[in-house]
Amino acid sequence: MSIQLQVNGAARQFDGDPEMPLLWYLRDLLQLTGTKFGCGAGLCGACTVHLNGEAVRACQTPLKEAAGKKVLTIEGLSTHGDHPLQKAWAAANVPQCGYCQSGQIMQAAALLKTHAKPSDTQIDDAMQGNICRCGTYQRIRQAIHMAANGGKA
Amino acid sequence: MNATALNRRSFLGTALSASAFVLVARALPGGETEVALADALNGAAWHLPIYMGLDADGTVVVIAHRSEMGTGIRTSLPMVAADELGADWKRVRIEQAIGDKKYGDQNTDGSKSVRDFYTPLRAEAATARMMLESAAAQKWGVPASECSAQNHQVVHAKSGRKADFGELVASAAQQPLPKNDDLKFKAASEYRYIGKGVPITDMNAIVTGKGVFGMDAAVPGMVYASVEHPPVFGSTVKSLDDADAKKVAGVSQTLRIPPLKLPYGFQPLGGVAVIADNTWAAFQGRKKLNVQWTESAHDSHESAAYRKTLEAASATAAHVERNEGDVDAAFSSAAGTHEAAYYAPYLAHAPMEPPVAIAQYQDGKVTAWAPTQNPQAVQDTVAAAVGCKPADVVCNVTLLGGGFGRKSKTDYVAEAAMLSKQLGGKPVKVVWSREDDIKFDFYHSSSSTYFKAALDAKGRPTAWLQRSTFPSIMAMFDPNARYGGFSLGMGFTDVPFEIANFRAENGAAEAHVRIGWLRSVANIYHAFGVQSFADELAQKAGRDRVEYLLDLIGSDRNFVTNPPQMKGFDFETARLKRVLTQVAEQSGWAKFKPSKGHALGVAVHRSFLTYVASVVEVVIDDNGKVKIPRVDTVVDAGLVVNPERAKSQFEGAAVFGAGIALMSEITAANGRIKQSNFNDYRVARINEAPVDVRVTIVKNDSAPPAGIGEPGVPPIAPAITSAIFAATGKRIRELPVKSQLA
Ligand code: FES
Ligand code: FES
Repeated sequence: MSIQLQVNGAARQFDGDPEMPLLWYLRDLLQLTGTKFGCGAGLCGACTVHLNGEAVRACQTPLKEAAGKKVLTIEGLSTHGDHPLQKAWAAANVPQCGYCQSGQIMQAAALLKTHAKPSDTQIDDAMQGNICRCGTYQRIRQAIHMAANGGKA
Repeated sequence: MNATALNRRSFLGTALSASAFVLVARALPGGETEVALADALNGAAWHLPIYMGLDADGTVVVIAHRSEMGTGIRTSLPMVAADELGADWKRVRIEQAIGDKKYGDQNTDGSKSVRDFYTPLRAEAATARMMLESAAAQKWGVPASECSAQNHQVVHAKSGRKADFGELVASAAQQPLPKNDDLKFKAASEYRYIGKGVPITDMNAIVTGKGVFGMDAAVPGMVYASVEHPPVFGSTVKSLDDADAKKVAGVSQTLRIPPLKLPYGFQPLGGVAVIADNTWAAFQGRKKLNVQWTESAHDSHESAAYRKTLEAASATAAHVERNEGDVDAAFSSAAGTHEAAYYAPYLAHAPMEPPVAIAQYQDGKVTAWAPTQNPQAVQDTVAAAVGCKPADVVCNVTLLGGGFGRKSKTDYVAEAAMLSKQLGGKPVKVVWSREDDIKFDFYHSSSSTYFKAALDAKGRPTAWLQRSTFPSIMAMFDPNARYGGFSLGMGFTDVPFEIANFRAENGAAEAHVRIGWLRSVANIYHAFGVQSFADELAQKAGRDRVEYLLDLIGSDRNFVTNPPQMKGFDFETARLKRVLTQVAEQSGWAKFKPSKGHALGVAVHRSFLTYVASVVEVVIDDNGKVKIPRVDTVVDAGLVVNPERAKSQFEGAAVFGAGIALMSEITAANGRIKQSNFNDYRVARINEAPVDVRVTIVKNDSAPPAGIGEPGVPPIAPAITSAIFAATGKRIRELPVKSQLA
């Protein structure tokens, strides 16, 4: 069975096991390694991508569920790394090791689509599935507010 | 100068043009620094050298020989070089060093990268700058003293002449090397980067997903491996049925990894590897393996029973590590006494990126790509694993998705090398699942600490007895090790209280799981015990906790800790008291009115030569759930190169410490670790972490740079439990808090 999908705007065809999680298809087969592996169990958010515009955990999304859909990864979020969240992330110096941050940014990008100016509580609700072991949470919160306010702190 | 065939390319990973010049600096015993032209070294090994070069176009190349795991070190050390050189940050290129003994110890742990390399790096950059200035002076026929380097140019102010570094490199390389004593350093007022900070060099790569972590590295033709490890430390494969595993699409075969030999060190645990053409297939194959394991001496290890043995050891006389006055006499004549025991569990590191590595074995040599804190230990472990010389192992260091001490240990890299050798040289990427990471860590020790004080009429101790018992990191290197070794110098033998009669004892403990250092190491449980007990004494005396701690620390004095720290790093009680006083002011301690379920807690601790005090605000709801709206932390780390990154480390330490205090715990039953992933090994999430962490870095440029990455962690847990007591009257004597307040 062949699966058609779109990844960052490009049409793709996959002919392997439809149970393979989108995460490993992106990482091992397409070499789109911005989407990270953190737990493989839907517990950490490191693998967050957008599927038809909604944030999903790529490690919990078998390819058959992505059939006919549009996948957006951190690599496709903006052309020049200039999405308002990416700019805010840099302005607030959010990353420490950086490993969780693709997932954090993709999760935050989905949040901003539904809540243009999220409250602290809405941020906590939306972001609590994304672990940052380095503990950058307060800057994540700050950067989301910044991006929502047109780049102002 | 004996310019020899020594190839610049052997110092700097990428090609530099022929007219580039490369300097090397090293710290000499006694704090002096020596700088030399790399070409003049003739291959001689220098202890702790660091490398910096200027390419023909003036690009400054700084070798990052320490690993980047989130502290910003790949940025902070080059920043020092750029500033002292008068370089423009935009024209500084940072190259990650491979593992090589010529760099000295590269193990990025112990919060010491800036501490060890600030001075030599400045000397090296000052040398290069003076050579550039001499070159310009020669060119213009003016005295070198009238030339100064700024913004990547040498400027002759009198005539207004300017020359770019690129125009001067070739001639600068021919200038005599200034003598150490003649080095002129820039004034702090001239610094553009030190003390101010620049965005991390990897920022853009990280926010666009292009940064290459170990998990992201790839080599043409590589296969993927997932390793089934022995469920109990010390057991080995008894039998293997891999028929079903090999039926999984994408799985090609299974391979054995031989069992551990004593001493364990950083060797692989042994087991069965599933080889496949992608990670997921390797993971699927693992699930289909049927492995029977041999019995192990650790089969009966059970953490609750083990806790009792630790507590029993801490309850009886043990090995004396420090002894002043006569504690026993003071106890027998005391007006009152107080005693308490504390427990803290095993912890896992759980960096967001699980262990992962690629290795290729070819013709008796190995090339590895790994997120490692310790590339030279990779050389050693890999060499031992495949039977070659450490010098024949090239370890490329990727970005690390967190380390916290886990990635100082190199077992996962050796696995990849062993498998590549068995596969006749095919490159192998070993990927650990999160379950592998949680179940096969080098765990932070569980621990029992015990305290007893004799008290005078004001509730101040006249005698203090403390005991600490925990399985030792040393057991990894010496199977007979039962005592704490260097871990005892971490918040235990260096307790800075001014008490005439003081005794510290260490109980014996046997290790049943792999033990390893985790961010701030034994300071975690020692600060928890010492600060909690001080908190109990303050409460018993009815005294303000900050005032009481200041009284315990006592007079301004410097003492040398046992074992003594580096020169210039006495324990200075005045600095400890200052951070405590300042954090009390910053947090509004004196004016705060606690109410039921809402209070402040405080703790103060020095580790990695840095003085830290934290005040934590807690709010506890009717279900016993703890929220932390605010943490105030005041830090005296001496001179701080990159205060912005330093702050981020202390913000992160508050989150890390909150996880330790409230939720993180590893337990064992039947020798097996019970936790497996973030569902049962809990770490703080955004809605559980401290909300507003306010960090103040004390400006103390006259004191040498001290640690940044670790020392924020130890005060957090005792400050939280101090606040919990103030808010609820419930004394937390064991971590984590979990449901103790429900
Ligand atoms: S890797 Fe998918 S949620 Fe953790
Ligand atoms: S920045 Fe390291 S895990 Fe988030």
